[in-house]
Amino acid sequence: MSDVTHYEVLIVGGGLAGLRAAVAAHDAGRDVAVLTKVYPIRSHSGAAQGGVNASLGNHPEGGDDSWEKHAFDTIKGSDYLADQPRAEILTREAPERVFEMEHWGAAFSRFPDGRIAQRPFGGAGFPRTCYAADRTGHHLLHTLWEQCMKREIAFLNEWFLTRIVERDGRAAGVVAMHVPSGTVSTLAAQAIVLAGGGYGRVFSKTTNAYINTGSVTAAAYAAGARLEDMEFVQFHPTTLYGTNILISEGVRGEGGLLTNAEEKRFMDRYAPSVMELAPRDIVARAIQTEVDEGRGFDGPHGGYVHLDIRHLGAEVINTRLPGIRQIAMDFAGVDPIEAPIPVQPGQHYSMGGISCDENGRTDLTGLLACGECSCVSVHGSNRLGGNSLLETLVFGKRAGDAAAESAGDTGVHDSVLVSALGEERARIEALTMRGEGVRQIEIRRVMQAGMTEKAGLFRSEAPLAEAVTMLSELKERYRGVAPNDRGSEFNYDLVDTLELGGMLELAGVTATGALARTESRGSHWRIDHAERDDDRWLKHTMARRGADGSPSIDYEDVIITTYELMERKY
Amino acid sequence: MEPKRFTFRIRRFNPSDALDSYDEDFTLEVAEGVTVLEALLRIQAEQDGSLSFRYACRGAVCGSCAMVVNGAVALACRTQVHAAGSDTITIGPLPNLNVVKDLVVDMDFFLRKLTPVRPWLDPAGPDPERERLVDPDEWKEPEPYTNCILCASCHGVCPVTERDPRYLGPAALAKHYRFLADPRDGADDARLGFVDGDHGVWGCDTVWSCVKVCPKRVPPTKGILATRARIRPIEDKNGA
Repeated sequence: MSDVTHYEVLIVGGGLAGLRAAVAAHDAGRDVAVLTKVYPIRSHSGAAQGGVNASLGNHPEGGDDSWEKHAFDTIKGSDYLADQPRAEILTREAPERVFEMEHWGAAFSRFPDGRIAQRPFGGAGFPRTCYAADRTGHHLLHTLWEQCMKREIAFLNEWFLTRIVERDGRAAGVVAMHVPSGTVSTLAAQAIVLAGGGYGRVFSKTTNAYINTGSVTAAAYAAGARLEDMEFVQFHPTTLYGTNILISEGVRGEGGLLTNAEEKRFMDRYAPSVMELAPRDIVARAIQTEVDEGRGFDGPHGGYVHLDIRHLGAEVINTRLPGIRQIAMDFAGVDPIEAPIPVQPGQHYSMGGISCDENGRTDLTGLLACGECSCVSVHGSNRLGGNSLLETLVFGKRAGDAAAESAGDTGVHDSVLVSALGEERARIEALTMRGEGVRQIEIRRVMQAGMTEKAGLFRSEAPLAEAVTMLSELKERYRGVAPNDRGSEFNYDLVDTLELGGMLELAGVTATGALARTESRGSHWRIDHAERDDDRWLKHTMARRGADGSPSIDYEDVIITTYELMERKY
Repeated sequence: MEPKRFTFRIRRFNPSDALDSYDEDFTLEVAEGVTVLEALLRIQAEQDGSLSFRYACRGAVCGSCAMVVNGAVALACRTQVHAAGSDTITIGPLPNLNVVKDLVVDMDFFLRKLTPVRPWLDPAGPDPERERLVDPDEWKEPEPYTNCILCASCHGVCPVTERDPRYLGPAALAKHYRFLADPRDGADDARLGFVDGDHGVWGCDTVWSCVKVCPKRVPPTKGILATRARIRPIEDKNGA
């Protein structure tokens, strides 16, 4: 008897991308299970606020919008690093995916004529961001979860992926730990869709949830998949001072103004034609520059500026930005109706991820990826606000469809999985029983602070080289890490310790790619190489885990078809 | 304000040992602005790795961390330590659900209550090519109920869930009303049948505890009363 459970399609991750993939694979007739380390409704997709882009043309000023213009904005916003045919897929399929969510019950806000409401967002030529107040992610996530319930899709809740089992370039299943019991099992799958989200928690100042550790990305990397463009990390301009909780771009879309300690607007110095609605990388650097040049406010958590919406009035704030008001009141003690919101830049999104094609296919047969953990690449070096929710829907569906299509006998015998299971059990037990050693938190804090300081918003050679060295040293220290809990049930200490190993790998790839890329493009800003350098660097960074454990870096051409390279000015 | 020393008196329970649940004290220097969740994470990371509790977003949107803090049900991430008004902060698991370990409760029991209300849109006709039109004024009725994050705070304070394990409870009934009131939904008659019973809308004590505790301002009691009125409009008018 084999103790291997078999699935046709196994989805890893229960956020928007994973759930959309699950629905697609199910509707294509496959048996689907979703393995997720938290209940799906706890996924970080639910924290997305501002909206989802689609050229519906519902806004009075949006009549001339089109998917081609959306594609142009996306590609320009990417600083021309996006693969153009894929950005076109993203924007062409956007209306259909958004209408579908509406048909499934999503609680979109409405214009007076009853159509889905849209608001302006940074870097967009037209108001095309469809929204559900300032809780768009919450509404989409719950709607998709409801659709999964309707279809009776199986969920493996609170299962933590520890390894993707690979044989001769083919993914054949996973090893995962059931966190409530501590049991480690192996699950065979004919196709696996990875949808594990970002890895923002390798930085200290981040909007990301505690759960965004990139554990799924790290597992793919360990299994031999390549990671693409990992040095491109989005720093959101407006995160709440103190906690770095996201303050939506929708706040500026609705007319919010950025002011410095001199009580003056300052975006005219950085993006005079669009001011506060410049793309995120530009606004984030503008805020940091104001702070660095002494025109910000000082505090124990670093410098900050003000985001002022008082002039919008209580009515608009309460109907369109109720969640933001609540967050500012709960976490900063500020009511935005009465006072400006203190904000500073913080890590927000990973443009890079598991390299895959427009159908989610990765380097490994049978292994697909979608959502933030993947790199399709549609965001290039800077993602536009409202395009990440869209990516989850468009490419979640495509990956689910492709998984359903490719599911079939893997030709890998169960004994391969059983043997991998044995290795994983031994590895985890050895870790649990180590007893004396360094606690994971000590290494984690050094990594997080070091990444923010040395590989953050403004980068240059020496700090990046220090980051690479620091991460090698931390990996060495990690060899002596020991969790303090030896129990089986809900051993989060063990999960945190296992995750830290992967986080160090991802941070290492990020810093290594950033050190190598001697140009400034989108979110990757090198003060020692302040120009974009298309001759040398119009290419994707590809990282594969080398035999010695350090990343081996290679490059691939960007797919350029329709949209000519231009200087990126706003 | 200076960092201050607090005692966190945490209810512990481990299914692997033979002990009943017990309180354990941890002390921690806490700066102003630190939440109960952040304090718990520090205790777990620095003092006792075996302390278990659920969390994810730390921004009061994911619904993972409902528990009892100084006697009141609250999201730990939304509760400031310094605002507690005492040097000792007692923390316990969410009531009315079985404790699995420490502050972790049986969330499956709570989520299973959603199944009978079939919480998904059952639209009246075939899907149009574009979106269904919804009058923004008409949307005001279901809107508050769409903000439920399923944190189970309401379940933890409800006197009916405490005495009747079969009661659907405020969260499922609020979710039910969210679809009943959705102008796009076409299954109203069937929906009323899902909850027309003593373990459904007629079980509610209408004491409004769920409305008061909800971190997202969802008003389950209001939705329950509106559902009752749809089932038996005449009796309700007569004060039944």
